[in-house]
Amino acid sequence: MASLKELKGRINSVKSTQKITKAKQMVAAAKLRKAQAAAEAARPYAERMAAVMTSIAGKVVGSEGAPKLLAGTGSTHRHLLVVVNTDKGLCGGLNANVVKAAVAKAKALQSEGKEVAFYLVGRKGRAPIRRAFPDKIVANFDTSEVRDPGFEEASKIAGELVEMYDNGKFDVAHLIYATFKSALVQEPTDQQIIPVPATADANAGSGGAAVEYEPDEEEILAELLPRYLNTQIFGALLEISASEQGASMTAMDNATRNAGELIQKLNIQYNRSRQAAITTELIEIIAGAEAL
Amino acid sequence: MALHFELVTPEKLIRSEDVHMVVVPGTEGDFGVLEGHAPVMSTIRDDALTVYKTEGGQPEEIQVRGGFAEVGDAGLTVLAEKVEG
Repeated sequence: MASLKELKGRINSVKSTQKITKAKQMVAAAKLRKAQAAAEAARPYAERMAAVMTSIAGKVVGSEGAPKLLAGTGSTHRHLLVVVNTDKGLCGGLNANVVKAAVAKAKALQSEGKEVAFYLVGRKGRAPIRRAFPDKIVANFDTSEVRDPGFEEASKIAGELVEMYDNGKFDVAHLIYATFKSALVQEPTDQQIIPVPATADANAGSGGAAVEYEPDEEEILAELLPRYLNTQIFGALLEISASEQGASMTAMDNATRNAGELIQKLNIQYNRSRQAAITTELIEIIAGAEAL
Repeated sequence: MALHFELVTPEKLIRSEDVHMVVVPGTEGDFGVLEGHAPVMSTIRDDALTVYKTEGGQPEEIQVRGGFAEVGDAGLTVLAEKVEG
């Protein structure tokens, strides 16, 4: 049986832990609202960009001048997995799930005889992926310096990817991140970003009317494709940050509740030991008095 | 007659309003868009959009970077990476 003093110490330490987890939970709840608002605000741009892309890509796809970003390199041997993780922990199984999805994808590709490499965004994915695939990580992108990864970071990442693609470092790139469904559910998602998947739906343009292009379709496409890539990566960054806050909120809520239960248990134990000590003391006094 | 004008950046939808005319600095030259303009897609120079809220009214300038304009049935949509001012 632990002494009274020890128990008191433990109760206090659990209480201060609970204070921390509670604070972190509230911070995550507030940040989640912001992250969700940001994700919503980014939607119109992404939608319009996607609409424009489909209408142009449908026209250019198959023609000879189609840019490499759309048409591919002609091979699908070397795959690059762009894995987006968070920079901070304390968010439950979120990063573990993303990493698991990435590793599973990599294993599946390898079993098909393809080559796999990793491009990591965010700090939390580095260690586990390095453990699973020690020599496959080609680059890390550090987002820990900035508070809210935004469009600038997304364009930097996209720029690096396009450069690697142009230098023939890989043939196909996939983006793996967690989609925010709710504070309880974040789904690991994987999506092909290079070559840009061309949709077969060619008549999804502006209502079938003859559209004039200035300059011509191919030049517009060449300029739009990298931007489209930016948008996709930006979307992934927003999703991961909303997911992070959601997962963190849930994890911290659980931790707070667990700490509460633990405090209750320790309190009962503390009260029992205190009562036992008092009883023993009383018995000693009475026994002493009777002996006189 | 009004032209529906939308200005969108990755961060948010900046404008969505009915205006009289917008002069767009296309890569191959400026062009003005009024209501009922033929469908056009064009890339934009890093320059100012000039928005005329009413006919003959005081124009308003919006600096855009990395832009793209689309004119369709729904009006004029400008996608820009950055908007200043």
